[in-house]
This record gives sequence, structure tokens and C-alpha cells, in this order.
Amino acid sequence: MDSKRNSRRELLKAGAALAGGITLGTGSKAQAEGHDHPMTPGSENASPMIHGSKEQIEYGQRSKYVTSVRVQHPIGGRPSPDVFGKVFHVATPLQDSVGVITPSSLHYIATTRGSFLPDIDPRQHTLTIHGLVDRPLTLTMDELKRFPSVTRLHFIECAGNRHNGKQKNVQDTHGMTSCSEWTGVLLSTLLKECGLKGSAKWFVAEGAEEVKGASSIPIEKGMDDCIIAYGMNGEPLRPQQGFPVRIMVPGFEGIYHTKFLRRIKVVDRFYMNYNEFGHLRPEDKELALGEQIGPKSVITYPSGTQQLPGPGFYEISGLAWSGGGAVKTVEVSTDGGKKWNRAEFKNTPQRMAHVRFAYPWKWDGTETAIMSRCTDEVGQRQALREEIANWWKVPFERDYRVPGLDNSVMPWKIARDGSVTNGLA
Amino acid sequence: MGSLNLLRIVTIPLLLLGSLPGSTAFAQSPTYGVGRTPTAEEIRRMDISIGPTGEELPPGRGSVKEGAQVYVQKGCVGCHGAAGVGGLAPILQSKRGADVPVWKKERILPLRAPNATIVWDFINRGMPLGLEGTLTPDEVYSLTAYLLFINNVIPEDQVLDKQSLPKVRMPIGDEFGKPHQFKLNAPRLEGYPY
Repeated sequence: MDSKRNSRRELLKAGAALAGGITLGTGSKAQAEGHDHPMTPGSENASPMIHGSKEQIEYGQRSKYVTSVRVQHPIGGRPSPDVFGKVFHVATPLQDSVGVITPSSLHYIATTRGSFLPDIDPRQHTLTIHGLVDRPLTLTMDELKRFPSVTRLHFIECAGNRHNGKQKNVQDTHGMTSCSEWTGVLLSTLLKECGLKGSAKWFVAEGAEEVKGASSIPIEKGMDDCIIAYGMNGEPLRPQQGFPVRIMVPGFEGIYHTKFLRRIKVVDRFYMNYNEFGHLRPEDKELALGEQIGPKSVITYPSGTQQLPGPGFYEISGLAWSGGGAVKTVEVSTDGGKKWNRAEFKNTPQRMAHVRFAYPWKWDGTETAIMSRCTDEVGQRQALREEIANWWKVPFERDYRVPGLDNSVMPWKIARDGSVTNGLA
Repeated sequence: MGSLNLLRIVTIPLLLLGSLPGSTAFAQSPTYGVGRTPTAEEIRRMDISIGPTGEELPPGRGSVKEGAQVYVQKGCVGCHGAAGVGGLAPILQSKRGADVPVWKKERILPLRAPNATIVWDFINRGMPLGLEGTLTPDEVYSLTAYLLFINNVIPEDQVLDKQSLPKVRMPIGDEFGKPHQFKLNAPRLEGYPY
């Protein structure tokens, strides 16, 4: 066991001699010998070494023992790549998440239609703002970065993020939401620069991809907190997230966050352009529930398909978020919803961002169901599916579909053997 | 009284400042002055967002008959099937009877869209798959006419152009949810307890 140590020291000596040249030779030898002492028991390096590759040094990669990946969403739905060979929806592995930042590599992806990613050269890409403004404006990406910037934590969630009794784990039930730190210029900064006309009521945000996906967004929202984002988690946006620039519409359904943003057109009425057709509903009420995300939370540990080794202490952990603002409180029930207990926050709740909550729990080994619910700063509370059905005055059935975005409570069943399964099954 | 005096003291220097050469222009000019003004032609070329009144529509025209030909020539049949049924892509012609209300029919764009301009916009920016943006305005007008015809929205002899397209009466009528007045820092739906 000493041989490894000794050879390392020999290498160090050789290195020092080479670096310092002849004059330093004797001195470094004496220093090395001065540090010669018996090894602390157990300090030997028992693991094989990872041979540093160019990739690991230049950009880095995770441990080969960490294997969590995005998967197709929904399971059994349209495959990705689909029959046209195109990428569609993939979900974030929330069951393995810690903290609130989703690694950029694991951020969920949804496209307006199964599509290849546009390969956009940022030097060629421009953003144009026109319509009901005094001065239309075209910006290169370099010019955009000259404006005062903001950096904010925000989640995005796809309208398809619905949970039902058929899904197995939290990636299937809730994986179409992710949270990142976004950097960019407030849209209000740019609209003021253009001089917004009084008749402006909506704006259309349009992408540069093959279908030029476009959404209509209220101008009040645009002047409040929308971000023309070029940065994500400390680096440029990933192509799958709209490189080189996207719009963040904090708290609104995912499809509003137009990727590959090329154009903002300020208009005086609602424009039903491409992405909006999917929002068409018979009723005003249901339409409204498909715009801003409601208060929502889910327990990520323990969650479906995970296994508790036995009775004892567990820190129940999960994520909570709301499109209405910051999450104010999260409650956890460990007895199937009879008693609700206040959870603690692991980070400071921020507006339209995931917050990590936790609740200390001693499992006694009996069968139970655990679940969470949250309330946001505007007073909205996450409801049970039964409560939502009652409000709409429709009979509650097992496969009840929540109108608008599904933000209902998600229960996980824990069996006596410690196995965790979908509580809606 | 005191505050009025204060107001006078403050406003007089401001008025003086306002009359200085260039200062009025400064008040209206952009704060940062970064970027350039796009030309009207640049904007016209990229402005493919068609509003309900169709003012952004380009010149051109198309008939149902021409649309049926374009539908075959451009390979629409390959994904959507002959006459809009039987393909892998979403169907484009309802399989349900004419007496069935729109909301009880399939989610078909040329049937359910509140304005015919939406059908035009959708085809123009989104089709054909892999060759988006290659259709001429005439081809888009004619495809729109054909798809509206096979869904019994317009008669076989109707020709669509910038004037007639926005006037097409869609079967959905007024029977669809309208966007609410968005309010900041408010629940997503007034009166919704959750």
C-alpha cells in the first residue's frame, strides 16, 4: 500500500526538479523527505482514478453513477422521435431532483409540433419589435446584451403536465415542469425604448423555427415581468430551450414562453396565431384556467416506484410553485389528507419559481398516503380533485379531468413493505 | 398655499429646461439608443401574424378547385390522407354529420377556428411539414378554400382573397371562450376558490 504513495512522491519530486531546474534540485528533495510520515490508516485511495479527458476538463460531465435522464411524455403517448422522426415532449426526472434548479441538461422539452431544433447562428439572429410602438426596433444578440439585464429564478410548466392513476412515478405525473435561473432584458425595458402606443393591448411573440410558433400575451404582462432571456443557469440558453433567445412569461403556461424569439408584434386585439388554436375552449372560465398556472406542489421523495427500506425517519421533500406569485405556505399530510402539517422551506420562495419544501416524518410502518398542498401570495390554494369537481358541480369520478391546467393534489400510497405507488391508481 | 408655492418653484426651472434646444427631443427619444430601425419592407416581409380582420394578408386569390389540386401537388395527402382523412397527421375533415354541433365534432382547424384568417395563418406558417414557408399566397388562399369547403363552411364556387377571407362566417359563431381581462397579482380566475 505504500508503493502508490511513494511513487506519487517520486513523481512530485521529478516534477519539481523539472520545473525548478538544477538549482532547486537539492532543496525540493529535502522538503519532500521532511513530509515523510506514516500514512493515516484508511487514507489510501481505494477507488480507481478517472482518467481526465478533454471533455471533462473543458466542459465537465456528471459521474457515471448518476444516470437520471429525461423520458418521453406522456408514457404511451406520442413517441419521441415520432413517426416523422421528430422530437416531441420529454419530462424532467423530478424523483432525483434536489434543490430547485433543474440542470439545463434535464430541463423538460416540449415543441409546438414535433420538430427538429433550428440551428441558429446567434451572429445572424435578430429580434424585431414592431406594431403599436413609436419606433420599431431591430436588435442583434450583441445589442440585446447591452441593455440593463435581470437574473431571476422561474419555473416553466407545460399544459400537458397532468397526473392520473395510470402513471408510475413523479417524472410521469409532474415532470413537465422545470426551474432555472434566467438572465435577460425585461421586455418592459425594450417596449419603453420603442415607445408603446396607448392602443396597445396584446403582443404576439413569434419564434424563428420552422413553424414560427406564436402566442398572444396581454400587454400588462409584457410591461410587468416578461424577460427576453439569453441566459440560463449561468450560460447561454440551450438550443432545446430556444437558443439564442426566448421570452419568459413567468407563471404562464409553457407554450407562451416562445423559443428562438425573432419578433414581438404589439397589437390592439387578441391574435389567434398557431399556438393559440390549442387554447380554444367553449367557455371563458376554462380558457382563463389555461393561461396562468395555479398553485401546485408535489412530493418528490418518497414518490412513486421508490422504496422505503423500513420504518423510521424520513425527510419528506418536494417542490411547490404557482403562476400567481411566490408560494406562501406548503402543508403535508402523512395520513391520507386527514391532518395537514406546515412544511418548511429549504430556500426563500420567489415569484413564479419552484420552492423546495420538506417535512420531517417518522414512518411507523403502517400503510398510509402522503400528499402536499400549497397556497400562494395572492391567496390561491391547491385543491383536491374532489373539491374542484364540486366547484364545477360535476360528479367526481376516478378519471375526473381537471379543467384548465391540472394543479390538483397528488397522493402517494405507501404500503407496509415500504413500496411507494401512485395514490390515484 | 405652501405647496402651491413649492410647485411654482419647481416648475419654473423645469419649464426653462424644457425650452432649451434639443431637450424636448430628448424627452421623446429612446433611453439607450441601441439597435436600429427596421425598414417598412423588412417588417412587411416578416409580419406573418394575420389578425381577425386580415389587414396583414398579402394580395392573391384561390378557389376550392385549385385548392384540391394544390392539396395533392404539395403532398398534403401523404400525412393528412385523401380529402383530409385517413392519414397519420391530424384529420382535416369531420367524420360527423352536418347536424352535429361544432364542439361535439373533432378538433379540426378549418371547422373550429373562430376566424378563417386563422386557417390561412396556420397553413402559411406551418405547412407543409419540412417545407414550411414555401407556399405562395395563392396556394395558401386555395388550400384554405378547399379545407373550408370540405367542412361545409363555404360553397364550392367561392374564391378567397384578402377581402373575402376575413368575411367567411365560421360555424363556431360566437360559441367560444374569450380571453379575460388579465390582472397582475390576481388569481387566475375571479371567484375561483382554488
